[in-house]
Amino acid sequence: MFRIDFNKLRFLVCDDNAHMRRILRTLLHSFGAREVYEAEDGATALEMYSHYVPDIVITDWSMPIFDGLELAQMIRQPDGVGNPYAPIIMLTGHSEKRRVMTARDAGVTEFLAKPISAKSLYQRILNVVVSPRPFIRTKSYFGPDRRRNTTNTYIGIDRRNGGKAEILPQPSLLEKARSPG
Amino acid sequence: MARDRNDDLKVETFAAHQVITQPNPLRKFVRQADERDTDDPVARAEEALASLSGEFKSWMDEECARLARAFEVVAKDGFSSQNREELFRAAHDIKGDATTFGYPKAAVAAESLCRILEHAPELTTVPSDLIAHHVHAIQAIVRELPKGRSKKDTADELSIRLRKLADEFLIEANRNRPEHLEAVLSPSIVPVD
Repeated sequence: MFRIDFNKLRFLVCDDNAHMRRILRTLLHSFGAREVYEAEDGATALEMYSHYVPDIVITDWSMPIFDGLELAQMIRQPDGVGNPYAPIIMLTGHSEKRRVMTARDAGVTEFLAKPISAKSLYQRILNVVVSPRPFIRTKSYFGPDRRRNTTNTYIGIDRRNGGKAEILPQPSLLEKARSPG
Repeated sequence: MARDRNDDLKVETFAAHQVITQPNPLRKFVRQADERDTDDPVARAEEALASLSGEFKSWMDEECARLARAFEVVAKDGFSSQNREELFRAAHDIKGDATTFGYPKAAVAAESLCRILEHAPELTTVPSDLIAHHVHAIQAIVRELPKGRSKKDTADELSIRLRKLADEFLIEANRNRPEHLEAVLSPSIVPVD
């Protein structure tokens, strides 16, 4: 069994709802985290991201000024000044399949649909800390490898030419979003 | 405040993509627990969350007041993009938070309201009472049915009935809009209890 030294991890939490920020802060501190920085909109979060260099970002989707999706896209700038590789956990009330796909395509590492629970948040953090995925850069995408499926049932266009990609045996982001743990 | 940055990247270049790997920068924060380690961070967090529960009712009251204010503006001035956004945001926050705060049926009604605001082709075509009923139902569930009291079945029935009415409207209104129809008919990804 793995244990995370939360007291050494630095978190950035971004949610426009003060109650949800309080819940997240309470959960993270209970896990053992000491450094939890909070922003209530995407613009402030981006500024704090550059300043505090967090290890993990937890962001809501719907927020004023610019939202969590735009925040993820701005963090995932391979040639930007900040670290483009930090894990991003999208915590949102959106609960439709197409939202998970959109978040995935913006470079989000994990998707967590509300209602939040201590267990589900812990599992997402454990996953990004213990099992990070390689990053993929194409003309239109930069972010964690979106391929987790090991079956041969994919019938779309193979957009990756010129080499056999390593596929990680993990459940898809959608499958994980649907599971309680 | 600079954090150590691991620049030891390995980049494999293919015809149309690059695969970039780096030694896990967070690995140093993970250790293997031995059998004597009985620490349970999830249980600890659940306890901490439970200790906040005394505040949940007042938090829900605040969320409901915000929803009521947004609805009042819509009822008075109609749907502008800003008015719609504020009403949606208020309902969406209740959808996400209410279950955690102990009001899962308010979350169901709020989700139904979000679906109307997101998928109605023209908000002016939504039956005038439908949005009002959702707002009033959420307020009633939070006001009249605090946790542990009776009438839970009423809250169940109210939220289910509203969702059914909203779905009937959305399916009919989106008959010629396949993308929205698919979203309306798709099951939620949120695990069922």
